[in-house]
Amino acid sequence: MDDRTRRRRIHRQALSIALALAPLGIVFGVACVQAGLGLAEAIGFSAIVFTGSAQFAAVGVLGDGGGAVAAITAGLLLNIRSLAFGVLLAPSLTGRVATRALLAQLVIDESTAVATVQDEHRWRRYGFLAGGLAVFAVWNLTTVAGVLLASVDDGFITDLGLDAAVPAAFLALLWPRLVGRDGGDGRRIAIAGGLVAAVAVPFTPPGVPILLAGLGVLAARRGSTT
Amino acid sequence: MSTTVLVIIGLGLGTYALKAAGPLLLGGRRLPERVERAAQLLPAALLASLVVVSTVAADRALLLDARLAGVIAAGVALRLRAPFIVVVAVAVAVTGGLRALGG
Repeated sequence: MDDRTRRRRIHRQALSIALALAPLGIVFGVACVQAGLGLAEAIGFSAIVFTGSAQFAAVGVLGDGGGAVAAITAGLLLNIRSLAFGVLLAPSLTGRVATRALLAQLVIDESTAVATVQDEHRWRRYGFLAGGLAVFAVWNLTTVAGVLLASVDDGFITDLGLDAAVPAAFLALLWPRLVGRDGGDGRRIAIAGGLVAAVAVPFTPPGVPILLAGLGVLAARRGSTT
Repeated sequence: MSTTVLVIIGLGLGTYALKAAGPLLLGGRRLPERVERAAQLLPAALLASLVVVSTVAADRALLLDARLAGVIAAGVALRLRAPFIVVVAVAVAVTGGLRALGG
C-alpha cells in the first residue's frame, strides 16, 4: 500500500470514529445543562479533561450535589486506563519533550484504537494524531451543540439508534485483527477480552472493565509462557 | 472558585498526568521485548472490551437491547467488506429501526 492510500485510509478511520462519537458529545452537553453547568464549563470539561467517561462521571457527581473531591476521584478512577494507553503508545509518540507533552493530551480510547490498528510506528503516530484531533474537534463542537439543544428532549439519540454508532465503530477497528493472517490469535484474545469486560461491568465502576480486559490478557500470556 | 471550576482543573490535571506518564517518562525508548510482544496482543483485547462495554453496559448493569442487534448487523456489514462509515450507518439504522418497531 503506498503512503497516499494509507493516509487516506487512516483519515477515513479517524473521521468515522469521530462522527460516531457525535451523539455522545451531544448527550454530554445536555448532561452538563441538567447538572446546572454553563457553556464555558461544559467546554472546559471537553477541552481540558477531554476523556468522555471521566467527564460524565464528574458531571454526574456534580449534578447529584457531590463535592469537588468526590467528582475528581470518580473521574480519575475511570481513567486509570489512560495510563495503560499512554504506556502502550509511548514507543510511537517520540519527539521533543514539548511535542510529547502536547500529544499526551490526545491520549483517549479512540486515538489509541486508530493508532494500534496501524502496523508501523510512524503510521501509529499518524493514526493517533488523526484520531485524536478529529475526536477533539467533533467532541467539543457537539458538546456545544448539546448545551444549546439542552431544552430539546435528547431522547432522539436512542430513538434513532445513534447510541449504536460507537460500538459499531470500535468493531470496525477490531475487525482486521479477527480475520487477518493470524486471525485465530486475534479472535481468541478478543473473545477473552470481551468476556472479561462483560463479567466486570456489573461489579466495577465504568471504565474499569476495559482496564481489566487488558490486564487479564497480559496475565494469561504471562501464565502461558512461564 | 466555584466547585465546578475546581473539578475541571483538578480532574484536568489528574487526567493529564495519567495520559502523559507513558509518553513523557518512557518517550521513544523501546519497551523490553517481552513487554512489547505482550503489547501487540493488547489492542485486540482493548477494542473487544470497548465493543462489549459500549454495546451492553448501562451504567453498572448489563442491558441487552436493540444496540446488540445493531452491532451484529455491523458485523455482517464488515463481513461483506462494507466501508467503515457504512458499517456505522447500518448499526444505527438497525438499532433505530428496531426501536421504532417497539423492540
